[in-house]
Amino acid sequence: MTAATVQAPPASSMLRRAVVSQEMVLLLAIVTLFVVVGLINPRFIAERNLSSIFLGNAYVAVAAIGMSMVIITGNIDISVGSLIGVLATLSGSLAIAGAPIIVCWLVPIAAGMLVTAGMGALVAYLRIPSIVVTLGMLSILKGGLISVTQGEWITDLPAGFFLAQMRLFGVPSPIWFMGLLTILAAWWMRQSETGRSFYAVGGNVEAARLSGINPERTIMKAFIIHGFFVGIAAVLFATQLSVIQSTVPANLELTIITASVVGGVSILGGVGTVIGSTLAAILIAAIASAMIFVDLSPFWMRAVQGVLILATVLADLWRRQRQRRG
Amino acid sequence: MSMAPSTDSRFAIRHEMVLLAVLIVAIGVLSVVSDRFLTVNNALNQGRLMTEVALVALPMTYIIITGGIDLSVGSIMGLSAILLGYSWQNWGFPLGVSIVFAILAGTLCGLFNGYLIVRVRVPPLIMTLASLALFRGMAEGISQARSVRGYPEWFFRMGQGELFGVPTQLWLLVVAVIVFWVVLTKTTFGRSLYAIGHNEAAARYSGIAVDKIKLTIYALSGTMAGLAGYIFVSRVSTTRSDMGTGLELDVIAAVVLGGTSIFGGIGTIAGTVIGFTLIQFLKNGLALTGVKGDATIVVIGTVLILSILISNFLQHRRGGGD
Repeated sequence: MTAATVQAPPASSMLRRAVVSQEMVLLLAIVTLFVVVGLINPRFIAERNLSSIFLGNAYVAVAAIGMSMVIITGNIDISVGSLIGVLATLSGSLAIAGAPIIVCWLVPIAAGMLVTAGMGALVAYLRIPSIVVTLGMLSILKGGLISVTQGEWITDLPAGFFLAQMRLFGVPSPIWFMGLLTILAAWWMRQSETGRSFYAVGGNVEAARLSGINPERTIMKAFIIHGFFVGIAAVLFATQLSVIQSTVPANLELTIITASVVGGVSILGGVGTVIGSTLAAILIAAIASAMIFVDLSPFWMRAVQGVLILATVLADLWRRQRQRRG
Repeated sequence: MSMAPSTDSRFAIRHEMVLLAVLIVAIGVLSVVSDRFLTVNNALNQGRLMTEVALVALPMTYIIITGGIDLSVGSIMGLSAILLGYSWQNWGFPLGVSIVFAILAGTLCGLFNGYLIVRVRVPPLIMTLASLALFRGMAEGISQARSVRGYPEWFFRMGQGELFGVPTQLWLLVVAVIVFWVVLTKTTFGRSLYAIGHNEAAARYSGIAVDKIKLTIYALSGTMAGLAGYIFVSRVSTTRSDMGTGLELDVIAAVVLGGTSIFGGIGTIAGTVIGFTLIQFLKNGLALTGVKGDATIVVIGTVLILSILISNFLQHRRGGGD
């Protein structure tokens, strides 16, 4: 469904320049937001609020890493919110059933990879557009979860279960996960053959095929790795509070896709980095929090998300047009 | 995607025949399973319940035939519903004016989608995903998630009333189906939709006003979503900002199930009619046999994926597709 006229990935220096600028813009936006809103209402930059912004949303950034890879190959996954809900419930249910803690953490990751592998196969080999596959999967996962659990809360979780509440060297674990996974993924996307093939397939499938890349296998890989990150995100989500609300978090898929797109991942495929998507996830969380501190109704948040996606996409299209001209 | 038009229509007719057979089998099975299923009352009531999805599925068929998609229909429906209630209660509009205003707001939302898709070349998928968030956010922001109630009695005539013993909105649906069918099959506009779906560049070179047509169908989609919003509010007596959430799933499932190719170029209104009827019967039948609403969307999701798999398979076997 995406335009077939996308150019082959531009020279790497050009790519880097475009990407660096997007990341710089985001960083600047985050800093400006903190300074301006902090001046209006100093409680915004109080430690308690900062930690709620970063800790409460690290899982969004982690999920956005995988989403970025999928979008870079020219696909999309709108079932991601439902999948996180299902995997978080799975993790909590295992813990309640008395499974070893490590099993409660690892099984959701494996299950996530299994589900996304299934979706990847339908997209790559049976050539069903990813929007349809993941739209169908969204309703299967969401409906399945609610009809199995009736939306009941999972409580009385064992003490050692709360991964997201742990600290290492005084730094909360979600920050470690977000930071390390972003750096690792960014390095891997740039250096590894597979990571680079994501860009090639998203940029121009036929050119990628001619240069010896197997596009089907590449799309499969992107989906499976996406499932890995979704699994980690789900475990972080499940272990951040003392209860798990076994439903699908509202609009989570939109927040994650917004983070990827606003982070500079081109929806036309072929361009973007996971550093950008992580910064964007932080920016979106900070905006949501800032709205409360400047007395804007949080009910406008979703409209703001929509505007953010649109603005970034329009800027991306405009930049591409300029590049094409010279 | 380079099949001759005649092959397409034969394929489409065959697909509809298969669907019709499935529909008849489904009706047969359901009427055996539950004696409350095959009654005139139940059929009319199901018609009432499916009208909103059905009305939106008609322009969605046009859009998907051109190779596009509109994910924002549920949000447009929600925004229109909110604007109807809000403008009546808070801006003091006469209710009749509010209804027209809500439907026109839907048109405007559709035009907004269409304009950016046509002029700025934003891919329809991402455009309508962004406006899905934007329009729903506006509905939530304007209403502050407060509902509107207390409509006068005459307002419910559309959603809850009857005309000659048939639910009022069903008459509207019948007229809409006929109009959409005639336009698609008997006019140059209709033929152009297929041409755009087959090969947009070729359509453009052969003098078809591609941009104008695309703008029209997205505006049409918004209008019908706005109309569906009005009917929905009239049917359930209240306005809430989460109205129409997930509508796009039902609508796209109905259209695709009806044999319209998600890749564009193929599709019929008759197929879509069978598609939304089948989905409503499925929902109703499952509910009658004791399946809860949430499990029903599992079935719809599965049906969506399976129907594309099967139609892909059929196309490949006929040597079509790519």
